[in-house]
Amino acid sequence: MRLALDIFTLVAVSAGGLLFMAGTAGLLRFPDTLTRLHALTKVDNLGLGLIVVGLLPQVDGPLAALKVVTVWLLGQFSGAIVSQLIARAARRAEHQQ
Amino acid sequence: MNVALAFDLGLAALLVAIAGWTIAARANIGAIVLFMVDGLLLAIVWVRLSAVDVALTEAAIGGGVTSMLLLGAATRLKDTESNPEPAKLTLLLTAGALCALVSAGLAAVVFFLPDPAPTLAPVAMANLAETGLGNPVAGVLFAYRALDTLLEKVVLLLALVGVWSLARDEAWGGVPGLRVYARPNTILVFLAQLLPPIGIMVGIYMFWAGASQPGGAFQGGTVLAAMWLLVLLARLQQVPAISLPWVRLLLVIGPVLFVAIGFLGFLVADAFLAYPPGYAKPLIVIAEATLTLSIGVTLGLLVAGPPETRLQQ
Repeated sequence: MRLALDIFTLVAVSAGGLLFMAGTAGLLRFPDTLTRLHALTKVDNLGLGLIVVGLLPQVDGPLAALKVVTVWLLGQFSGAIVSQLIARAARRAEHQQ
Repeated sequence: MNVALAFDLGLAALLVAIAGWTIAARANIGAIVLFMVDGLLLAIVWVRLSAVDVALTEAAIGGGVTSMLLLGAATRLKDTESNPEPAKLTLLLTAGALCALVSAGLAAVVFFLPDPAPTLAPVAMANLAETGLGNPVAGVLFAYRALDTLLEKVVLLLALVGVWSLARDEAWGGVPGLRVYARPNTILVFLAQLLPPIGIMVGIYMFWAGASQPGGAFQGGTVLAAMWLLVLLARLQQVPAISLPWVRLLLVIGPVLFVAIGFLGFLVADAFLAYPPGYAKPLIVIAEATLTLSIGVTLGLLVAGPPETRLQQ
């Protein structure tokens, strides 16, 4: 059981790390602000989610698990808000040109 | 080479690279964003050094509030930035040389420390039980070196007086001209409505946990200030005029109460800022609670800047 959980953690966290790398590649390679934001936020939310899910079997107690999940929710929340704010600023800057 | 060492080396390299980039960045705003990132990375470094209290402070003050202050300054300086006079080479060289001197001095201090480095940690831990606190950092701040902590809060107030003194005469006592970085829009309002309940809880928890775990008045107060600023930036609330009695009261209540507890020490425990036996923890918690509030209001008003709008009679 322990081994299975450890393998699950290994796979999920690695997949999360891979998604973060994909998001970073998108941030560096995509042509304009909106597509870069798209790559960053979508992939980061999922990447962070996978890392959190992967870490869940490793935390001690349901309270610690709740904390980790809260971190994920707050991360998602701020990611969504900030991407909206940046996108609006970018669009406004485009209109002004 | 194990994984932890590789991580630390990568972290250190990233920190130095971004610090260099901060200096090289041409636009003020860009440099400030990099400074903010560096502050957050530095917080991770402190966590790696097991100094969680310092990490929290670095993330909240170093990365957060300082960056907000710098952003405010950069926005105010925007008009002058479009036509910058190139700095003289001698000035640049002198500044660079002086900075290098400071860095070399600090590096020398670190490298020439005796091994093991001198420490008061065992003494601090040995007497911690008498204060009733569980967090040695809180013990140092509020029991062993309480005077330093008190002066630190007073310095914060002095800084605010310094900012206020930049006001024009006719604006004195008026409303600070908080510079808006993002135009208020529905998303910002949504954030300012949803986040503060969570943030206020986190701020209060940080101060409360500070007695026995990493945390404390400064970190908690900074989180409260951030939530207040968010509400102000979203225009859900007006920045208060600095002459309002409740603003002045909130600003000084923490330090004043701390000083009062200090003088109480003369009467009941024979020394300034000494606590009577058995009452150390409750007194410290009361002082910390009011300080958290005062620090929050002071930091918020520091970011809001000098009063600009005339007080409406």
